[in-house]
Formats: sequence, C-alpha cells, structure tokens
Amino acid sequence: MKDQLRPALTMVLLLTVLTGLIYPLTVTGLAQLFFPDQANGSLIVQDGKVLGSKLIGQHFDKPEYFWSRPSATAPFPYNAAASGGSNLGPTNQVLIDAVKARVATLRAVDPGNDLPIPVDLVTSSGSGLDPHISPAAALYQAKRVARARGLDENSVLTLVNKHTEGRQFGVLGEPRVNVLELNLALDALKDAVTSPERSRS
Amino acid sequence: MTMNAILQVLVFFVVLLALAKPLGWYMARVYEGKPCGLDRFLGLVERALYRLCGVRPTDEMDWKRYGMAMLLFNAVGFLFLYGLQRLQDLLPLNPANFGAIPPDLAFNTAASFVTNTNWQAYGGESTLSYLTQMLGLTVQNFVSAATGMAVLVALIRGLSRSTSTTLGNFWSDLVRSTLYILLPLALLWSVLLVSQGVVQTFDSYQTATLLQPVPNEQGNSKIEPTEQVLAVGPAASQIAIKQLGTNGGGFFNVNSSHPFENATPLSNFLECLALLLIPASFCYTFGMMVGDTRQGWALLAAMTILLLPFVTIGVSAEQSGNPLLAHAGANQQAQADQPGGNMEGKETRFGITGSALWSAATTAASNGSVNSMHDSYTPLGGLVPLFLMQFGEVVFGGVGSGLYGMIVFAIIAVFIAGLMVGRTPEYLGKKIEPYEMKMASLLILIMPIVVLGLTAIASVTTAGTASILNPGPHGLSEILYAYTSQGNNNGSAFAGLNVNTPFYNLTGGIAMLISRFWPAIPLLALAGSLARKKLVPIGSGTLPTHTPLFVVLLIGVVVMVGALTFLPALALGPIVEELIMRRQ
Repeated sequence: MKDQLRPALTMVLLLTVLTGLIYPLTVTGLAQLFFPDQANGSLIVQDGKVLGSKLIGQHFDKPEYFWSRPSATAPFPYNAAASGGSNLGPTNQVLIDAVKARVATLRAVDPGNDLPIPVDLVTSSGSGLDPHISPAAALYQAKRVARARGLDENSVLTLVNKHTEGRQFGVLGEPRVNVLELNLALDALKDAVTSPERSRS
Repeated sequence: MTMNAILQVLVFFVVLLALAKPLGWYMARVYEGKPCGLDRFLGLVERALYRLCGVRPTDEMDWKRYGMAMLLFNAVGFLFLYGLQRLQDLLPLNPANFGAIPPDLAFNTAASFVTNTNWQAYGGESTLSYLTQMLGLTVQNFVSAATGMAVLVALIRGLSRSTSTTLGNFWSDLVRSTLYILLPLALLWSVLLVSQGVVQTFDSYQTATLLQPVPNEQGNSKIEPTEQVLAVGPAASQIAIKQLGTNGGGFFNVNSSHPFENATPLSNFLECLALLLIPASFCYTFGMMVGDTRQGWALLAAMTILLLPFVTIGVSAEQSGNPLLAHAGANQQAQADQPGGNMEGKETRFGITGSALWSAATTAASNGSVNSMHDSYTPLGGLVPLFLMQFGEVVFGGVGSGLYGMIVFAIIAVFIAGLMVGRTPEYLGKKIEPYEMKMASLLILIMPIVVLGLTAIASVTTAGTASILNPGPHGLSEILYAYTSQGNNNGSAFAGLNVNTPFYNLTGGIAMLISRFWPAIPLLALAGSLARKKLVPIGSGTLPTHTPLFVVLLIGVVVMVGALTFLPALALGPIVEELIMRRQ
C-alpha cells in the first residue's frame, strides 16, 4: 500500500496541472482567438455602452415593450448573477395562483385582446434568464405594443417576423423571438421616426 | 408526440448509435496499448507522467492492488478538493471575492465530485471561485470519470483473460483514459460549444445597463436595479467534460438551462449527445476486448430498448401539459409558433422535446446535468428521470460504471437462466459460481438499501422534512429523488428541496461515497476471480449471450431485480400526485 502512496499523491498533482490548468487555458486561448464575441458573453454594445447580452433576457413590464417570460431569480427578476428556476411542483397552489395572476395582468393591460395566452408567457423559465419568447407570445403582445407606441400594428409585426428565429437546421429546438433585440429594434424605430436627423450608431 | 418531436428524438439516437462503433473501436485500441494516433503526440506526456510518479505501466496488478491504488488516488483527490474549497478566500482567481465554503457543504461537494455524482448543493456563480471551479471541479470531472473507466477495463480484462492473477495497471488505465479519450474529446466539444455562445473567459463579471429598470417587489428596499450583472467565467471547458464524463456539475446554478452554459438548440444537442456518447461506445469497446463484438451490441441494444419507451413517456407527458395551468388560462396546445405543453421550468429555445429528451438521457446515464427544472415536471414526466436512476444507472449509466453495472446484470441473467434449465451458468466462457454470485448480489443490494433507508429517515425527521418546498406527495418525491440521485451517483435534483443544510449535506455525502466505492470493491473481487478461471469452450448447453432472446432476458432481469424495488415508494410520490392532478 505504501508504494502506491507516492503515485497517488503525484498523480493527483500532475493531473490537476494537466486538466485543471493547461486544459482550460488552452480552451480559453482557442475560444478568444476564434470566437471572441461568443466567449465573452455575446454582448450587445451600443455607443461603448453594454446594453446586455443576446443570450440573457431582461425584465420588461411597460406596455410599450414586449415582455419577457416571468423569471424566478432572487431578489429581483432576471438577476444574471444568480440564476434560478421556481422549482414549483405541478400541483402546487403557489404555481397555479402565480399563473392566474400573470394571466390577469396580461388581460388587464390589453383589454379587448381575446387571443389565447401562450403558456410560455405565463410560466417561469428554468434559468430565470430565458432571452426568448415563442412567436405566439410575441404575436399576442403585438397589438398592445403598437397601441402604446402609436405605431401601425403591421410595422410591429414586420419587426417581430424579422426577429423570429426558426428551428436550428429546421429540426432542432423551437422557433423563438429574442425579446431584448426586438425591444432595441423598436426603440431604434421610434428614434428614426421622431428624430430622423439623429443617426444612431 | 408531434412530428418534430419524433424527428428530434430519431436524429439523436441515429447520431449516437452511429458514433458508438468508431469511438468504441478507438477506445479498445487505447486500452489494449495499441497505437491510436494521438500517442504519437501525447506519448511523450504519458511517459513523463509515469516517470514523475515512479510508475511502471507494464507492472501488472492483482485485484487487491488495483483496488488499493484506485482508493488511494480518490482519497487524495477528495482531501485536495475539500481543502481547496475551505481555503478559496485566500487563493487567487477569485474575482467575485467569495468566502470559504462551510465544512458540511465542502464535504458534500468533495464527495459529490470525487464520486462522479456532481450533486450541486451550492450555486456555482454565487459561491465558487474560478480557481475552485478549475483546479477542483474540472479536474475531478476528468479523473472521477477516468476512475470509472479504469475499473470497467479491469472487469473486462477479468472476463477476457484466462488463468491470470492480474487485471492490468491502474495508473496506466487512469492516464490513458484521461490523455487519449477524455482530453481530446473535451477539447473538441469545448470549442464547438463556444462557437454557439457558451462563455469561456477569465474576465470578471460584466455589467449591463438595463433598457428598463426592474421593479423590486421582494424585500424591503425600494431600490430599482438599473443594471444587470452578467456572471461569466471559464465555463465551456468545464461543461464539455461534465457532459462527456457523465459528471453533470454545472458552472452555473441552473446548470445547462443557463443560456451561457447551453446557448442554442445545437449546443443542447451536442451536450445531450456527449452525455451518452462514451457509455454507448464502451459497449463496442467491450465487445472488441472480449473478442466478440456481438456481445457489446447485445448490451447496447438492451440499454437502448430500455431507454426509448421512457423518452416517449417523458416527452408525451410534458407535451400534454398540466391541466391545472389550462384552468388558469394558459394555452398549452403545441402549434407551429409555440411549443405549448408544461413550460414551467423549461427554456423556450429547447421547448418540450429538447428538455424531456435530456431529462431521460441525463438520468439514464448517471450524468445528472439538467437543462430544465425536473421539480416542475408533471408527475409522470418527473417519474421518468426518477425511475431511470432507480435502474441502478445501468441504462448507459456513468462512463465505465454504467457498463460494469450492466455486465453484473448480465451475469445475474445467465445465472437465472442456468437455474431454469439446471446447468452451471457461463458468461463469455467463464463459469459463474457461488463466489461470483455473492459479489454480484452485494453490488446490487447496496444501492436500494442506501436510497430507501435514507429516504425513510429524512421523511420522518424534522431535519429532513423542513427542506421541502412543494407540499403533499410531491414533497416525498423531492426527498426520494434527492437520495436516489446521490445513491446512484447521478447528481440531478428536484431542486426545490433545500439540500444545503448540514443534514442533507452529510447524509447525501455519505450516500454518494458508499454507493460509488463500496460496489467497486466486490466488483474488482469479481473481476479478479473471473480472471483466474479457465475459459471453457462453448458447448451445446451454453446459453448464447448475443441473441435477441438474451437481450429480452437481460431487460427482464434489470427491470425486475433492479427497478421494481422502488415501485412502492414511487406509488406514494409521483403516481399519487398524477392522480390528484388528473382528478381536477
């Protein structure tokens, strides 16, 4: 047993250097060389200001913005420093009440809209940081956003379509709309309409 | 299931099974010490490792020596990881200035990663420094996987050698698994994942200015956050190996549902593929090493046939949704422009199929990473991952450990068949005698005792029940899931249960250590005993173990001997809850 102690100790140390230092450093080097944008968080930068990440959702509850999915992160929604899901079980009354309340809020802010409410818009995501909603969830909100912004519904729908991604390779995943990018595009549209002389970089 | 769901599942299995042969062939060459291509570049590193450690790779070990080397290596790794967490506040690469990890949590996490379980009682981005993640967790992701692979290879040698007292050299098997199999695959997977948006950086957390301030309803403070702190880090390198090595411990708290850990449907496909890749390929390696690839295909067939119905049940249950949410006013119909179904705890980009397929694959393999919150699944959808773990992690299972568990079930299957016709059972030309059966029984009994025993204790003590988030039968499911996961070295969770308490950290840590290392001893003893036996020629009374008949027999034994033990407990948890949910 004693003669195995030396290899046990040295092997832990050497494999630590190999898989704990050399390996992640090599990956970091390759990642920063070939995919620097993705490796650093796919950031959206405008005028030198970081506005967010393409991959991380943000919270919206003003009527003129498309709303993201509910988020269960603490202490406030879409806290990207502490991801988390609700972990509420399917028969838990807390979950049922939360969904009812979200349905009521959506209906209250948008009277007269009797489209069915897509389930993803009233359930919280696994990470609490889901950047996407389903195209149906965007469609449901289009009329409200158009009205709040004084825009033609069709121009809003055109934007939604432009920001709708299909399944990857036509097979994998689900069709989806990136909420932050869509809202940024809406703001850009407004700026272009109200102040055509001001160009936005 | 929708047409697209069937297509996604089909593509997944076709790619998986197509890769099993080439990778399995390559791994067999690695373990037989034949040139494999990479040894031309890495042979230098391999030889340097042996020299520095004072190891001669040609030194053959008997089962006791092999087991001792394995246990010592893991004991040192355990102490190293424990120390690293306790001292992380004093060590470099800690940009977020996290404090030292408390003793009970550090014990649980060390046990978790050394045993290839990767149960997470901690939240990655809010507790662990980059250094702990790299030097501690990433390293154990490699070597705990390599340990499982080494033990499997020792068992295979026991089956293929005749009248031999030795099983190979543990150090050589460990180094070759790491250097020639895990590292190259992990490197390839990391780069592919980064290309999809998985982060890999040593920069500190980024801060973004929000488009709209967040109303802060929780807590007493009236502060409305106007900024978003984006937790990043060297994630891709760890995620690649946590999937490939069936580890499962994520970089972030919510594991692979975090967009920085699993950015697109393609990254989801790659990660899901990675978690079954090596266990599936090992079946072919096994066939090659025992000189009859049909033996490997038979085991792979049994695994696949066991898994497929569960994938179907899981996807269908989640797609049909939660009737209580329908009453609340949510539209759960699957349409061209929405996934529908039970979307609580799931990500839009993966939808129902990508989530439910993963939940079955991650628990069939003893991976335990998640891309959706299993606690929020419908009762039937949540039963799938729970039940798959209770098979004892032999349906694909952990790298190495899954197949050695399945081989033990194959030995039990030939024994039962032998009893029926009254002949001495044989497996691959080795007579199965009382000693082998004792070791096999030990192996199979340990897990249910640990899981059900601890679940019982936790269900009747306040220390256990105080952690429950969801009341009623779901609470029992949470506890049962926690010990099933740890007692099978899986690591996934019904995460509503607050497991970061001294009670759960200690009992869970002990469960993980027992169920990883206790079975390894009788297993190596079994391998040693098999190696000493002569290979008997195949006679007319030998039960062939590569036929469809044997595959059916094996599946029957796995289901009846393994999983049925848990049926009473399942009836009180998810099954009752499903009935309650449907009643309304």
